[in-house]
Amino acid sequence: MTINGWLQIAVLFTAVVLAAVPLGAFMAKVYAGKRNVLTPFLAPVEKGFYALAGVDPAREQSWRSYALAMLMFNAAGFALLYAILRLQGVLPLNPQGFSGVAPDLAFNTAVSFVTNTNWQAYGGETTMSHFSQMAGLTVHNFLSAATGLALAMALVRGFARSKAPTVGNFWVDMTRSTLYILLPLALVTAVVLVALGVPQTLVASVGATTLEGAKQTIAIGPVASQVAIKQLGTNGGGFFNVNAAHPFENPTALTNFVEIWQMLVISVATVFAFGRLVGDNRQGRALIAVMGILLLAGVAITYAAEAAGTPMLHDAGLNLADGNMEGKEVRFGLALSALFAAVTTGLSCGAVNAMHASFTPIGGLVPMFLIQLGEILPGGVGSGLYGILIMAIIAVFVAGLMVGRTPEYLGKKIEAKEVKMAMLAVLILPTVILGFSAVAAVLPQALAGLSSAGPHGLSEILYAYSSATGNNGSAFAGLSANSVWYNTTLGFAMLLGRFAYIVPMLAIAGSLAAKTRLESSTGTFPTHGPLFIGLLVGVILILGGLQFFPALALGPIAEQVLMLAGKTF
Amino acid sequence: MFDASILRQAVVDAFKKLNPAALARNPVIFVTEVVALLVTVLFVRDLWTGASAFFTGQIAVWLWFTVLFANFAEAVAEGRGRAQANTLRQARTDTIAKKLYDQDRKELFQKVSAVELQVGDLVLVEAGDLIPGDGRIVEGIASVNEAAITGESAPVIRESGGDRSAVTGGTTVISDWLVVEITAAAGSSFLDRMISLVEGAERQKTPNEIALNVLLAGMTIIFLITVVTLAGLGRYSAADVPVPVLVALLVTLIPTTIGGLLSAIGIAGMDRLIRFNVLAMSGRAVEAAGDVDTLLLDKTGTITFGNRMASEILPVPGVSERQAAEGALLASLADETSEGRSIVTLVQEKYGLRAPAEAPVGARFIEFSATTRLSGVDIGDRRLRKGAVDAVLRFARDVSGGTVAHSAFAANVDRIARSGGTPLGLVESGQLLGVIHLKDVVKPDIKERFAELRRMGIRTVMVTGDNPVTAAAIASEAGVDDFIAEATPQDKLDYIRGAQTEGRLVAMCGDGTNDAPALAQADVGVAMQSGTQAAREAGNMVDLDSNPTKLIEVVGIGKQLLMTRGSLTTFSIANDVAKYFAIIPALFIAAIPQLGILNVMGLSTPQSAILSAVIFNALIIVALIPLALRGIPYRPRSAAMLLRRNLFIYGLGGLIVPFIGIKVIDLAVTAIGWA
Repeated sequence: MTINGWLQIAVLFTAVVLAAVPLGAFMAKVYAGKRNVLTPFLAPVEKGFYALAGVDPAREQSWRSYALAMLMFNAAGFALLYAILRLQGVLPLNPQGFSGVAPDLAFNTAVSFVTNTNWQAYGGETTMSHFSQMAGLTVHNFLSAATGLALAMALVRGFARSKAPTVGNFWVDMTRSTLYILLPLALVTAVVLVALGVPQTLVASVGATTLEGAKQTIAIGPVASQVAIKQLGTNGGGFFNVNAAHPFENPTALTNFVEIWQMLVISVATVFAFGRLVGDNRQGRALIAVMGILLLAGVAITYAAEAAGTPMLHDAGLNLADGNMEGKEVRFGLALSALFAAVTTGLSCGAVNAMHASFTPIGGLVPMFLIQLGEILPGGVGSGLYGILIMAIIAVFVAGLMVGRTPEYLGKKIEAKEVKMAMLAVLILPTVILGFSAVAAVLPQALAGLSSAGPHGLSEILYAYSSATGNNGSAFAGLSANSVWYNTTLGFAMLLGRFAYIVPMLAIAGSLAAKTRLESSTGTFPTHGPLFIGLLVGVILILGGLQFFPALALGPIAEQVLMLAGKTF
Repeated sequence: MFDASILRQAVVDAFKKLNPAALARNPVIFVTEVVALLVTVLFVRDLWTGASAFFTGQIAVWLWFTVLFANFAEAVAEGRGRAQANTLRQARTDTIAKKLYDQDRKELFQKVSAVELQVGDLVLVEAGDLIPGDGRIVEGIASVNEAAITGESAPVIRESGGDRSAVTGGTTVISDWLVVEITAAAGSSFLDRMISLVEGAERQKTPNEIALNVLLAGMTIIFLITVVTLAGLGRYSAADVPVPVLVALLVTLIPTTIGGLLSAIGIAGMDRLIRFNVLAMSGRAVEAAGDVDTLLLDKTGTITFGNRMASEILPVPGVSERQAAEGALLASLADETSEGRSIVTLVQEKYGLRAPAEAPVGARFIEFSATTRLSGVDIGDRRLRKGAVDAVLRFARDVSGGTVAHSAFAANVDRIARSGGTPLGLVESGQLLGVIHLKDVVKPDIKERFAELRRMGIRTVMVTGDNPVTAAAIASEAGVDDFIAEATPQDKLDYIRGAQTEGRLVAMCGDGTNDAPALAQADVGVAMQSGTQAAREAGNMVDLDSNPTKLIEVVGIGKQLLMTRGSLTTFSIANDVAKYFAIIPALFIAAIPQLGILNVMGLSTPQSAILSAVIFNALIIVALIPLALRGIPYRPRSAAMLLRRNLFIYGLGGLIVPFIGIKVIDLAVTAIGWA
């Protein structure tokens, strides 16, 4: 590890926070329906959409109607995307002449983009037409991110309101998320990326002649626009197969910096917005601190593990200072690769700029564990906030009793209903990840997809199901995931990870909104100080650690101890 | 705290509670029992097939112990309640009632068994009789010994009409007689309810207990998944894990500690309240007491001593303080009211005057009357009077036959009134002597207690019939946060509703029928045992000592119950970390020897590591039974301080203790040769 490396990491986190504070304030205004800087330009457009769709923006929904609207919207989105992928052969903007996508892959991909996962069992440049990329995938990069933001706001309203029967209007939240937040940010940052050298064109490819005189076809396309939203919306689905490691998706260290910033900025801003909306900025800052501590720990461990390299590299006589550069891009280096890996998994983004499978076992454990902690550090847009609020509810319930009162969080009593729904939500992750992994670990057709034996193979399986269930979408690389077994099971893992989590979460929102918001006093469990931050960090680590420790012991931990003993896979 | 007979009975009950139908209420312990049975079956199979069964047998034994220890904890808590119920039951021995058919002809009654009485029946209760059932006095006044209910042997006066008309079955009339209208049928009387409450027969899970149970069930499912999937993951890694070992891992991970102690904690919390002579009608009320953040306290008796007392004597110019004091003394010599006696005490203590042993010769005492509003004494031609300020002025004018200069006198009167006191004029013939300051005396340590409550985030509100000026003065002296002056029952009700809409939880106590609506509206309503039946029905707690100050302690007991639950839950979950470090390396060390570096405790063998974790898991339940029953120490502090302290002890302690405990057990297990 070097000072320079840490400086790069520090500068990036600072840049994120500096942008997220005003963005959070702006978002709080947008979701409260208050006048903001964009109102003069966008309010007429917004009204136009409502008129077009016949939505009365003043009419709010109960949590049930909100959930129903969300599910219907996503079901329709899934159906449309599935159709586009299957029919892309006859649809326009298909310069490469790709045929329709196979049913299992289309199912997997449609689920993947609707759930904000962007797991890609395909190589973009060799499978998807421009139409599929733009009208299919990119559209869902916006909509799935907007869905996450809308859902988070429903939960925030549950906390902020007192004795309210409703949690907001799904259509209004969706429209505002897309119109005021995602579109403007994507537009501006896409232009920045273009300026920094990312291509944006409808031309399919350019020909080149190599020094040896060979003809080479280099795929290009509308890259910048998709990269901007895949990063901002924590989607992560790359235009190219190797994602942000590709020189057109992420040409320089500077674009790398911008892309990491893009991943973080909305998720962090949402938490600041939450603080404003519940009327206590300290509450938002405490959650940011929890996310920051754990994410930074993840970055540090990965960075340290990669910088330390492996005994084999040392034996080969390589420079110790280089660490483990296998699978990393020289233009990014160790620090920004470690940072990218931790951020993309601490978030539910899943874009990658290095191959996680080529990390040292511990370096690879961190991204996997960050996903397994529930994608809350700081998590996907919206989903990170509601995820960490669920964890906070559990932490407050366990420890809150210790101050001698029925636990309350932000003035809302945490009772059986909330605990039940929170437990239902957190059960999803271990059930789906460990359940599918345990089956895949003994199933011949699943094992056929592995590229390595031993603990590394187990890591490939664990990582795939963690990534799918956590709606992350990054791949450990190595696993041949485009098979009927993986396409189907990973598809279901993504669906469960998203929607089986959301419904109980919305039930909590509804139940909280209906409760009286209690006034806080010195007798109230304080949820903004260092004590609570430490507590929440502890609960997240212990709960997540207890669930996944045995599996991780057999995967990356076993691989690490074996590697130190000189055995690799 | 532990009686040998209770413990003996508890051991028997622990085995009876193994009945799965009963255990199913407790998901964690139920799962433990199911897997204990499973391992036992495997043990029998191993014995049958001749495989080495010693290790499996030991695991099975300790799993059963885990279940039994949890049952034992609950049985001890129940046993203590039952012992109390037996004492109460002795008061319920079959009573013979004198049933009246005509209230006006008391000589005509029929002796019937108390069980046959119907609601609405009239009974005559005479000196020496047991009151046959709960009822309302319709006629008569009598002293009643309520020791059977309250444990307090001093008799109380009960009379028809007003707020003291309720009587409780099982109490004894000591003097005079009463005609009582029965208001509760046999079997649903106060005493019956009390017995079933302390016995825990009517015990239902409280809201918080339900929520905690959900959490524990959820964690049990999570660990079930973790352990079951380990079968598949282990097979992939060529580290097949035998079922007894998987079971051992499961049982040590699921929160058996808090699962086993949860109901004992709840029962013990109710029990503590009962020992404190407060009867909660439901466990829900005890929890609500812990949540309360606004206390409505009656001024009289709780904040002040209840009687106004003389605190100073302010002479008019030209009269010495000593002169005025002497006048006050003489005027109060025959005054037997508490105010009069307090004047005598003040004069003696502050001015060193002595009350004459006998009345001065020729003294003629004038008693207080509502028309003159004066009292005093005539000794010769000295005519001393004290009383209401206007009455004193009129007296002075009448005697002197002209105007009386009184500007200094009036200034003092004003000052006293503004400070919340009551001015009492003092006059000798036509000459004003001064003003006596009568004051509501605030209890000496009450201000500190209120400050303590404030630190806990609890607001105190004083309820008084005084005028706003007086109330404000006393409120500031006592350090309450708010007050309701000239309070009517409707005012109290409105105040409670207002506070509740602001998101506050309110506790109050009351005794009169007109308190009933407010008692019912309050989140915690403590009715006085001396109060009316209506008040007792409306509240969710009854204070058998009828001491309104206890409201503060009731809140403490509620908090202690919740704190005990939370602390043991935290402890239980924190324990899991150490158990992982004991069991996980033991599971996989055969397949991947390098994982031995996770064996941070240096446990001797895999078998010993697993066994030690299971033994620790069982023994910790027993070790914590006293804490569960006693409750964790509670001192009023701010939530932040309580959290820091408890998180340190039970969170950090819960992380560290099992590392030490498992290591020690491992050494012992190895030394004995069990593994």
